[in-house]
Amino acid sequence: MSELRPDLAKIASLVPPGARVLDVGCGEGDLMDVLRLQRQVDARGMEIDGELVEKCVSRGLSVVQGDADRDLADYPDHAFDVAILSQTLQTAERPDYLLDQLLRIGQTAFVSFPNFAYWRMRFALLFHGRMPVTRHLPVSWYETQNIHHVTVDDFRQLIADKGVTVEGCWFFAGGREIGGGNANWRAEHAVFQLSR
Amino acid sequence: MATASNLTSITLDRQLALDSGKALDNVEIAYETYGELAADKSNAILIFHALTGDQFVAKTNPLTGKPGWWEIMVGPGKPIDTNRYHVICANVIGSCIGSTGPASLAPDGRPYAMRFPVITIRDMVRAQVALLDALGIERLHAVVGGSMGGMQALSLAANFPERTDRVLAIATTARHSAQNIAFHEVGRQAIMADPNWNAGDYYGTGASPDKGLSVARMAAHITYLSEAGLTDKFGRRLQDREAKSFGFDADFQVESYLRYQGLSFTDRFDANSYLYITRAMDYFDLAEEHGGASSSGSLADAFRGAGDTRFCVVSFDTDWLYPTSESRNIVHALNAVAAPVSFVELSAPYGHDSFLLECPALDRVVKGFIG
Repeated sequence: MSELRPDLAKIASLVPPGARVLDVGCGEGDLMDVLRLQRQVDARGMEIDGELVEKCVSRGLSVVQGDADRDLADYPDHAFDVAILSQTLQTAERPDYLLDQLLRIGQTAFVSFPNFAYWRMRFALLFHGRMPVTRHLPVSWYETQNIHHVTVDDFRQLIADKGVTVEGCWFFAGGREIGGGNANWRAEHAVFQLSR
Repeated sequence: MATASNLTSITLDRQLALDSGKALDNVEIAYETYGELAADKSNAILIFHALTGDQFVAKTNPLTGKPGWWEIMVGPGKPIDTNRYHVICANVIGSCIGSTGPASLAPDGRPYAMRFPVITIRDMVRAQVALLDALGIERLHAVVGGSMGGMQALSLAANFPERTDRVLAIATTARHSAQNIAFHEVGRQAIMADPNWNAGDYYGTGASPDKGLSVARMAAHITYLSEAGLTDKFGRRLQDREAKSFGFDADFQVESYLRYQGLSFTDRFDANSYLYITRAMDYFDLAEEHGGASSSGSLADAFRGAGDTRFCVVSFDTDWLYPTSESRNIVHALNAVAAPVSFVELSAPYGHDSFLLECPALDRVVKGFIG
């Protein structure tokens, strides 16, 4: 089993054992695999990339090839205890609609995203005048799937506007969890637990 | 058409009630098994064959001498591993490879021919559930099928969800589209236009509607392939000649290929069976069966009892007979009942027939899903 990314490890530690979980944008299914094996979770996934779906299914995971922007609408209300959206929000056509879907399908939702206001990004843009390419976001502007660049403060504003409750939030930089102070500067990644 | 009396079969001890309202007595089900059945009977997998398929999924067909039709998928050490699983495959009713069909003898001692009742996909499934009862198998590890076999797998999930833990449906659909019906109608009309068809009464006359059946197979065969596949295989290449003949011989390789496919098919298949089975496929609409118009809402109703069944739906990007959109309809309905479902569209160049051909990605998906 591969080592989980820190944001995924955090989510894995917070999912209640035995829960019904939908992982949207599940990739190769690393998080689902951990949830299934360590927390006896009934995990389902959605992934847009067919090759990744094939890997998931060949691992024995239940994963549907689908587009989160379109295919989440089929799931009934509160079909899952937990809906997870990791590193996918910024690729959605309408991140606000996607959040609505997540909170409709899941009793609670975990959302993780890269913080575009991380100080290294600001530094790169300020001093080099170029769209930053970092370890976690290694793709140039013209080929990136990230079409909605979001910061921690932007995200807080969106969920406040929507009247969504923040159950918890966690921040990461340099592969480690950090405190929440000045997260909009200091965090490379953020994980929010939300409910409605 | 070849026949053999030494096929393995059982006669159902009960009447088989059909969707048409009619019933069949003394139904014969020809089947083959592969691999050992575990003492607790927990390792059985039922494989459903496609339109012109048979029970010889993983062994040489004694009637044709050809290898099993899915030997690349089923067998010792294969993705569906007969060292671990007990695989059952039965000839569908309406067919002609040992199970009761239009060529079988009616109670009056003469072949049914067109007196055979019109059957449905659900009737085929009922017959195979009766076979499972006879074999004492309560619950299957999985049902597996491609094309019409996939329809039966879905039908079993909808009508007998308690009989299986897993459903693997490949290159299939939950209902026949107008285009699907249209192609089948071309085939049926070709058979019925053959003077030898004789309103279906050709058994024992020494003349069968081979020309019509052959044309039906040619038309259908095109729908199983992709344009790119045909271009790749034949292009506009000529058959054993340097120049066009300015006549109507098989100048092109693709013509020669299709003629061969059509002709060789008549050696192994009964024309009336082709009529009945294509009709069953055309009638297939899982949503309609479960109360309603063909909306995804009622397709979800069909799967209402299968919320705990694990599903895996696979489509191929070059399959224009049952395109990916049909698989998505199935997946949407399964999501609506929160069934554990996997779905993947695989990339393969061969069109609908891709599921029968070498496709390593399919092997991995099947192996992972079956476990």
